[in-house]
Amino acid sequence: MEHAEAEQRDLSGQFQARCIDLVKPLIRSLTGIGLALVVFGILLGITSRNPIRIYANLFSYTFGSTAGLSEVGVLMIPFLLTGLAAAIPARVGLINVGGQGQLYLGAWAATGVALYSNIDSIWLMLPAMAIAGSVGGTLWAAIPTCLRQWRDVNEVISTLLLNFVAGLFVNIFVFGPWKSSGSYGYPYTPNFSAAAILPSIGSTRLHWGFIVPLLAVTACYFVFGRTTWGYNMRAVGGNVNASVRRGIPVTRYIVVAMLSGGAIAGLAGMIEVAGIHRHLRPDINLQFGTMGFLASWLAGHDPVVLLGTTFLLSSIMVGGDLLQISANFPSAGIYILIGLVFFCVLGFRRLRDAAK
Amino acid sequence: MNSLWLIILTGALTGAMGPGIPVLYATYGELLVERAGLINLGTEGSMLMGACFGFIATVETDNVAIGILAGSLAGALLSLIYAYLVIKRHTNQLATGFTLALFGAGITAYAGKGFVGSRIEGINPVAIPLLADIPLFGRAFFQQDILTYVAYIMGPLLWAFLHYTRPGLSLRAVGEQADIAFAGGRNPAAWQFGAIIAGGMLAGMGGAELSLGLTHCWIEGMTAGRGFIAVALVIFSMWSPLRAMVGAFLFGGAIGFQLQLQSIGAPISPFVLDMFPYVITLFVLTFWTGIALRAMPEGLKEVLKMNA
Repeated sequence: MEHAEAEQRDLSGQFQARCIDLVKPLIRSLTGIGLALVVFGILLGITSRNPIRIYANLFSYTFGSTAGLSEVGVLMIPFLLTGLAAAIPARVGLINVGGQGQLYLGAWAATGVALYSNIDSIWLMLPAMAIAGSVGGTLWAAIPTCLRQWRDVNEVISTLLLNFVAGLFVNIFVFGPWKSSGSYGYPYTPNFSAAAILPSIGSTRLHWGFIVPLLAVTACYFVFGRTTWGYNMRAVGGNVNASVRRGIPVTRYIVVAMLSGGAIAGLAGMIEVAGIHRHLRPDINLQFGTMGFLASWLAGHDPVVLLGTTFLLSSIMVGGDLLQISANFPSAGIYILIGLVFFCVLGFRRLRDAAK
Repeated sequence: MNSLWLIILTGALTGAMGPGIPVLYATYGELLVERAGLINLGTEGSMLMGACFGFIATVETDNVAIGILAGSLAGALLSLIYAYLVIKRHTNQLATGFTLALFGAGITAYAGKGFVGSRIEGINPVAIPLLADIPLFGRAFFQQDILTYVAYIMGPLLWAFLHYTRPGLSLRAVGEQADIAFAGGRNPAAWQFGAIIAGGMLAGMGGAELSLGLTHCWIEGMTAGRGFIAVALVIFSMWSPLRAMVGAFLFGGAIGFQLQLQSIGAPISPFVLDMFPYVITLFVLTFWTGIALRAMPEGLKEVLKMNA
């Protein structure tokens, strides 16, 4: 109804209508987030913690200090990339819940290059690792793609199952042949050489890898919104049969979208090992794939909105770390707030938008 | 060599039922949900809730029965959120399920913090006379705790329920074509609601069996993906409770087999065997696609966008 009315108005009226279209969901989302914070505050209150003081501390740390803000950035890098790994296939109507596994394989392949090639120059090593990482992610995404194309296996199920296989696959190496002799029994690979490390910025943990997700988001924004490819992707996602009749090479679009999703998630894995951990270990992947998928869903698979949703999720996670230190809160406890935010935001959506 | 393998196999068999039972309960639960045409990835969260709150209740009351009850209620409570959001607010099922898995992990980490390291008696195995004396298989199947025997009976019962009763027919009808079920005078939302709550209860019961019957302790995140294995097993079993029993037994057997191999120091990474449930399910889906597609509830295909 709103759309029909907007068309009849003049140009400025159209602009106004568009603004309202953008602002309304934002208000709904913010209300949802507010409600989630209230419920979580009550929970904190029940266990005799002062919620107002805790929220004030969290706010001033997360948004008011270099340490806090840089940590938000550190988390946004993998969230954005795995978010795009879900968003790109979603454009053509595929559901990729396999960001988790593709990230693992990317990290694994990049580690292989870092440990077993003798490249000294950082300018050659990092690109080599990045290529290996994205190839690893691509190949892992190729399995569900092939199964879907040739055997009609649904990609939701196959990518979900392959996540677990990928984690175990990495464990085989990290607990086995790649295990460092100097890690005091911990399942870590040897540390990377200096050439294989993404340099950090200042004294924070934030590293130059942050450029990659920004470039990827920009690229996706232009491809989705400004190119024939993006238009065709939307067409394929909207109605496969109509697209076939229109002469769009549907199979090619589906395969490429799925594989690029895998490549981007693989790249996230490479960035995590090269930028943060500087070796491979089983716990490099802290639900990144799942969080990226959820962030992408919350953003309606829109790359620009994804910046906002990943920022939100990263801030909450960083707040969780502070809660753990200052309020004696278990680290996984912050998933309560994440869950509440999702429940409230998803629950507050207009029914018309909910199914998207 | 022969006798060594025999020892390994009996060992694997003996160890097969134990780890399989919590997963079997969650599989039964997820099976009901998927038969109603939905997919609930929050099973993992419901299992954790069951494991955590079942354990807490047992520690507090010293009564295993209350523990099991508390576990199933906790699982059902979590699935209530899923039911409301998916049925009333039409949220995306996969995203809601993942969120629920995270949320369950959060709640249990928070609530169970003070109970890490508590010890309980737990559910003790009871040998069934005569049956437990059968060589090779007897001890493996008939010297278990009570929840295991309930799980044995529940499989055929669920199968009979789905195929030979009117409520079972209604549930399947809703899962196949909700519109037509509605036209036939059934309320799809109510049936789906019921299936989700029952599914959460069963998953919670599985979680309780894990912490009360198997490990006798609470560890944060102790289900370690078993809820997702249950989702895999439902598909592996092609939506049949009887085949779900086989699946859970194979899953438990893989774990038992792996423990045996490790104890004799076989040069196989334990992680290779851990991959089994996932890889086998993928194989089943790949090579029996036709059968799987025919067995899959139509409503589920819509969720997974397979009707395009």
